[in-house]
Amino acid sequence: MNASTAPGPVIDADFLRRWLATAAAVVDREADRLTELDSPIGDADHGSNMRRGFTAAHAAVELEPPQTPGGVLTLVGSQLISTVGGAAGPLYGTLLRRAGKALGDGTPATPEEFRDALRTGVEAVGKLGGAVPGDKTMLDALVPAVEALSFALDAGAGLADGLAAARIAADEGAAATVPLQARKGRASYLGPRSIGHQDPGATSAALLVAALADTAAEAVA
Amino acid sequence: MKMLINVAESVVADALRGMAAAHPELIVDVEHRLIVRRNAPVAGKVGLVSGGGSGHEPLHGGFVGRGMLDAACPGEVFTSPVPDQMVRAAAAVDSGAGVLFIVKNYTGDVLNFDMAAELAEDEGVQIAKVLVNDDVAVLDSLYTAGRRGTGATLFVEKLAGALAEEGAPLERVEALARRVNESSRSFGVALSACTTPAKGSPTFDLPAGELELGVGIHGEPGRERRGMMTSGEIADVVVDAVVEDLRPDAPVIALVNGMGGTPLLELYGFNAEVHRALAERKVPVARTLVGNYVTSLDMAGCSVTLCQVDEELLRLWDAPVSTPGLRWGC
Repeated sequence: MNASTAPGPVIDADFLRRWLATAAAVVDREADRLTELDSPIGDADHGSNMRRGFTAAHAAVELEPPQTPGGVLTLVGSQLISTVGGAAGPLYGTLLRRAGKALGDGTPATPEEFRDALRTGVEAVGKLGGAVPGDKTMLDALVPAVEALSFALDAGAGLADGLAAARIAADEGAAATVPLQARKGRASYLGPRSIGHQDPGATSAALLVAALADTAAEAVA
Repeated sequence: MKMLINVAESVVADALRGMAAAHPELIVDVEHRLIVRRNAPVAGKVGLVSGGGSGHEPLHGGFVGRGMLDAACPGEVFTSPVPDQMVRAAAAVDSGAGVLFIVKNYTGDVLNFDMAAELAEDEGVQIAKVLVNDDVAVLDSLYTAGRRGTGATLFVEKLAGALAEEGAPLERVEALARRVNESSRSFGVALSACTTPAKGSPTFDLPAGELELGVGIHGEPGRERRGMMTSGEIADVVVDAVVEDLRPDAPVIALVNGMGGTPLLELYGFNAEVHRALAERKVPVARTLVGNYVTSLDMAGCSVTLCQVDEELLRLWDAPVSTPGLRWGC
């Protein structure tokens, strides 16, 4: 890991608004692929549910933009809970709400505060869904992403580089779900037949991390 | 795949508008995705609220009415409803006697109903929850999300609904709902995959000449694929799976359920085979319900749910019910 000397992006409400716009666009673009991944081992709706949720969250944040980064994440989480349904709604909603609450009312957040908030959110997802890494869920992308971000920041990297590392870790984590047998969620009903398919939740989680990395990279550029 | 729809995004709202037009005895709130008994809350009565992804009609909205549910919360197709819906439903049906949430055991439904229960209790509504998990096709509950809720949901909604209609308090209605679930088991078979409006093509590939054993009701594939069998052979497999797990020592109510795409002609023929198979296994059948009740869109196939009953459960089964999907005795 090369420590970055570039000034990191400022993690304020505007940064997370730009993340949300990017994430909503990516989810919209990739919705069909998410639904396709959800077909053999799920119920063929992950893409359309995520699209509906992020469209609603984006609209809500643009209508009344919160003034703090915590406020943006909390509002997005609430919107996802109210619009996505399924397991993804409460899980992604809890991830972002808990992260948002952890950030509190301060602005801007430091990279370390932001990482700690994400970790709090990811831990809440594990608790709510009762899953651990290796169960073939979104945690298989989220946990390595937070670890990679943490490792990079501890090594002196800036936020943009840290999130770039998190993106790679999330992508690898999602890809690594292919040989796993699902132990949580609807795919678990398939038993060994869930092996050989990439988990749609880990895939969408990796997309959200990638959107974060892109937003940070653009801010630095 | 051709479908009788406008656009995929509006199928649930369109169906709700149609329900409103067909059933003036129900309040159908298209905007908030709620179906409520018109006379709710019924004074002194425990309110029954259920819900789940759409695509299983008549479950749950078709079971709203006297003697069954007070409200149903339809989600998107195969997607659990959101907490806002259940909170609104609980407020609409609570007479002060409390509300029972009937929840099919799927990760999404459980999470959303749990969140709703917390919020509704914050608003002063007493909430009890019963989880329906009757699908014996899910063998290893330790390493899965647990057994799915399928056909037994109809039994829980009917029997607990009848008890609530008699004015029983929340603890008794909850206990009975739990007992009905524990007395019920199901197993499903698909002859074809279903097609969700969002995807527009079958959710899994099931070649001609093969069937899928142990399917759920969300277009998810089952446990095992076999070559096509006769109705009698399928009945033996299904009845074995259910009876071996339930081990009934009293009469049962049998739900011989269509998945949505199998004609009643075939379903009644299958029912004859189910009765034959049950008789061979010395399981007496007290009542039988044949039809498409807990469906999976256009999936061809069937499921069998058996609920072991005593005199109380049989009395509650025979009690009057007046809903779009189930109606007798009144």
